Amino acid sequence: MTNQTMTTRAKVERSMGRRRRAESRFRTYGMLSIAFGLLCLVVLFGNILSKGTSAFAQTVLHTEVHLDKDYLGLTRQSSEKELMNGNYEGLIKQQLRDEMNVTKRSQRRDLYSMVSVGAHWQLQGLVLDNPDLIGDTIKVDLIMDDEVDQWFKHDYPQGIQGRLSDVQYQWAMQWVEAGRLETRFNTSFFTNGDSREPELAGVHGAIKGTLLTLLVTFLLSFPIGVAAAIYLEEFAPKNRITEIVEININNLAAVPSITFGLLGLAIFINIFGVARSTPLVGGLVLTLMTLPTIIISGRAAIKAVPPSIREAAFGLGASKMQVVFHHVLPLALPGMLTGTIIGMAQALGETAPLLMIGMIAFVVDVPGFITDPATVLPVQIFLWSDSPEAAFTERTSGAIIVLLGFLIAMNTVAVMLRRRLERRW
Amino acid sequence: MSIIENHKTDGEPFCDNPKLKARDVCVFYGEKQAIFDVSLDIGANEVIALIGPSGCGKSTFLRCLNRMNDTIDICNITGDILLDDENIYAPKVDVVPLRARVGMVFQKPNPFPKSIYDNIAYGPRIHGLVNHRDELDEVVERSLQRAGLWNEVKDRLHAPGTGLSGGQQQRLCIARTIAVDPEVILMDEPCSALDPIATAKIEELIDELRENYTIAIVTHSMQQAARVSQRTAYFHLGQLIEVNPTDMVFTTPQHALTEAYITGRFG
Amino acid sequence: MTFSFLLITIAILCVIAYLVGTRRAKSLASADTPLSSLPGHYGSLLSLWTCLPPLLLMLLWGIMDEPVIDHLLVAQLPQAVQEQGGTSVQLALSKVHNLANGANVEADASLSPAILHLVELQSRNELLSTGVILALALAGFALTLRRLVPSRNARNEMEGIIRGMLFASSGIAVLTTVGILASVLFEAWMFFGKVSPIEFLFGTTWSPQVALRADQSGSSGSFGAVPLFTGTLLISFIAMLIAVPIGLMSAIYLSEYASPRVRSFAKPALEVLAGIPTVVYGFFAALTVAPILKEFGTHLGLTVSSESALAAGLVMGVMIIPFVSSLSDDVINAVPQSLRDGSYGLGATRSETVRQVVLPAALPGIVGAVMLAVSRAIGETMIVAMAAGLAANLTANPLESVTTVTVQIVTLLVGDQEFDSAKTLAAFALGLVLFLVTLTLNYVALKVVQKYREQYD
Repeated sequence: MTNQTMTTRAKVERSMGRRRRAESRFRTYGMLSIAFGLLCLVVLFGNILSKGTSAFAQTVLHTEVHLDKDYLGLTRQSSEKELMNGNYEGLIKQQLRDEMNVTKRSQRRDLYSMVSVGAHWQLQGLVLDNPDLIGDTIKVDLIMDDEVDQWFKHDYPQGIQGRLSDVQYQWAMQWVEAGRLETRFNTSFFTNGDSREPELAGVHGAIKGTLLTLLVTFLLSFPIGVAAAIYLEEFAPKNRITEIVEININNLAAVPSITFGLLGLAIFINIFGVARSTPLVGGLVLTLMTLPTIIISGRAAIKAVPPSIREAAFGLGASKMQVVFHHVLPLALPGMLTGTIIGMAQALGETAPLLMIGMIAFVVDVPGFITDPATVLPVQIFLWSDSPEAAFTERTSGAIIVLLGFLIAMNTVAVMLRRRLERRW
Repeated sequence: MSIIENHKTDGEPFCDNPKLKARDVCVFYGEKQAIFDVSLDIGANEVIALIGPSGCGKSTFLRCLNRMNDTIDICNITGDILLDDENIYAPKVDVVPLRARVGMVFQKPNPFPKSIYDNIAYGPRIHGLVNHRDELDEVVERSLQRAGLWNEVKDRLHAPGTGLSGGQQQRLCIARTIAVDPEVILMDEPCSALDPIATAKIEELIDELRENYTIAIVTHSMQQAARVSQRTAYFHLGQLIEVNPTDMVFTTPQHALTEAYITGRFG
Repeated sequence: MTFSFLLITIAILCVIAYLVGTRRAKSLASADTPLSSLPGHYGSLLSLWTCLPPLLLMLLWGIMDEPVIDHLLVAQLPQAVQEQGGTSVQLALSKVHNLANGANVEADASLSPAILHLVELQSRNELLSTGVILALALAGFALTLRRLVPSRNARNEMEGIIRGMLFASSGIAVLTTVGILASVLFEAWMFFGKVSPIEFLFGTTWSPQVALRADQSGSSGSFGAVPLFTGTLLISFIAMLIAVPIGLMSAIYLSEYASPRVRSFAKPALEVLAGIPTVVYGFFAALTVAPILKEFGTHLGLTVSSESALAAGLVMGVMIIPFVSSLSDDVINAVPQSLRDGSYGLGATRSETVRQVVLPAALPGIVGAVMLAVSRAIGETMIVAMAAGLAANLTANPLESVTTVTVQIVTLLVGDQEFDSAKTLAAFALGLVLFLVTLTLNYVALKVVQKYREQYD
């Protein structure tokens, strides 16, 4: 017996080296997996941030412009319409040409293209605000074209010429030495709609479209989701139909989002005749998509309400409906709201179904109502990412930062709500 | 019945031929102390029963003996536990070979969701105790026979272990433990989930196993303690009150608390 | 305009009905005929009967009016257009609509009778709908008010209506499924009228662009979807190759090894990966991963397409890691502690316990989780739309460019659509395949996981 025990012990001891190695190997795989996931997160965020933060800066040229009465053909008494139609573009070109002593035709074109095509709107805006400026010499920070902008932000610090032509490079260096070229916070990124010109393109339209779309989604999905959750948790009889509804909801939560786009296209647009590209139809599609999430979390919130509260109310002779609406619902509402916010965050990041229903259209105007053509942030990102200009890549990353900012804000609210809820129970 | 300050265990906690020695063992779950200065010997080839009211720490103490408490993060242990005079809580000790030497049978039968054969073969396989398939077959058969289960399952060795009845499952777990050929077997209320017939079979088995193994059994049933053990240790609120030969504990208990417990005044 | 006018009017009527109902109930109550419910319940009941039917009618009307108007318009179109049928009629109709709404479209004299007719129909429709809907509201109000007697159990009746509304809300989920199925089935049916299902499912050439030419009917384009299916599977396979081992090992590490502190930090951090919009992953795949892979391949002397399946698959795999890990984490945590104890009690190491006891016990649940992940990978759109190509290559080489079902759906449906061309309809046929495959995967996976959970409950 002792002999056998000894051999067992010896055998176990003998196996230990191999087993310890296997153990630490396994453990290392686990740690590497976690590390890989976290690394991806860091790389992703680092990549977007490093590419995108420069989108929030815009290169401008400090310029003095003489608002030449004769050239513009305007007076301080001109009507608004006349003021709007002044040839500010020509004025800028002329002054630049004179200033830099450019005479050759080809060089002129080079020079003009360094200033943004939107620069004349700056002058127009100033004059419209204050017609008394006409005839004066004013100081303006002219928005530069994206080529100059990219050069100044990325190539100049490294001392390279970048994509500028030789003569453009000379001019740009002259401006830099005179301290006239500068970057400032890119407000137009947040106040402009989409544009073909990167330096003029902004996310205002997309943000407004996103908000309108989410508004429609929330107004529809929250009441419907809450009502469905209440019905399934409190009223539904345990039968075949209820079971089918439940299976259905769980399955819908995992159906690819693009199929909701197909539904939106075939039913909402082609049959019901809802206008394409609008926040209304986008909201309808996203409602159907987020409903399962809201219903599932809503049911969990109702389940978490202690049965003793229901019993207390029933004991006082309240009807089922009164118990639910007076007692269960108020207690479950924070939890339902948390689920809804998470559902809305999903909807906020969703792109694929919106492509199907025409929200990919190039929309310059900022939408004012749910029936105006609009695009949303993720689709704007998709659109810009397709553009070849480096400036658009930068703006895409900038828009992603804005989108992630919204998502982080929404999730923070959800987490805070959940914390508060936990404290109550 | 409050905690007695610095209680010194009544009776004889030590013995001549100890297999396991516990000295001044204290156990803490976070802030809360569960075991207070317990010193106890478990002799070779004896069956010792640990009894006491619920929550008295007898299961906690048992789980210290093969360091099963290591799996609980907040659990801290002070004092020494020696197996053949080696401290099992010494920093260098690996729990794996320790648990191969000190096996454990749990309160609820917990067969793995595998076949009966694989349940028994699991231990020998992971520890590398056998080299050939034939040897493994032999170990499986021998273990099942010793657990008195062979005749009932020999025709369905590859059926799932979870398909057995409760009593059979528990004997399967005992067979699984002895397949590793441990020196000590710890049993944590092995019959609490079983019916009386299954219980009788297990008790019979424990009696037979005593020849080759040292056994410590936690039990709720005083009759069971009386039937299977040679010595009995009475725990109360984390303290070891009294240790004496079993017949003495049940006839002439030394301590008032022990007497109160075995006469059924609480429990 | 009429819409908001109607809505506001109905809302006002609703409030009036509540007040009138409550007051009427109070005045009716007397000692020998006590009210069977509170006065407020009568008010609510009256209010519900006043506003619900017109609201439902409004919805119905809004859905129905356009098809009806279009139907009536067809007769006013030029004879030639009517004879051509199909697409031409659709085109003419949309032109009529645009012209009538004053859009900047080239005028067409032959359409003017239709335009006039449309303007007339629209104004008539507006008038008629307003009248009928308001009449219904008033009728509901009057009828209910007349039968508002103390013996009527207003509370029960009101609760019945609300219960019906709750039921209808939960029915929307089912309607959604039916809607998806109906829309893809109907359009796919039309597609299969032009292209045989056999060719679609087993053909190996995909070039829908051919069908765009006006003189060609759809059936002569190539709609063999096999390259799409293999492309989808290839990318999904690469994604799974990343996501399953890493996700599973992360879950194991988090649930079996990690200290509570590590867990409380690493788990939410991994979940952040799941919360990042897919369009961001797509951007990352197309502009960062793909160029790196291409350059790396060139160093090794390999030709890597700039839209390689590998880039899309890798990034998709990263996206799915948290999905696999959180599902597996749930499943692993559901394995009872007693099984682990049994294994540790025999002297098994942690990894032996995990590999030989926990994982086999959790296997059904993990299989379910992986199936859900596969369904997710197959249905993922944005990453592949941005990082994978459009060329329908039948290849198993991950360095080449492939296309997927979802990419083709997007490509075929973005931009102008004619609902008669096989090109547009093909998107719905692909959608049908996608929907059926993912639905089956989800259904089976959810069943497997549910069974698994019941086993340990």
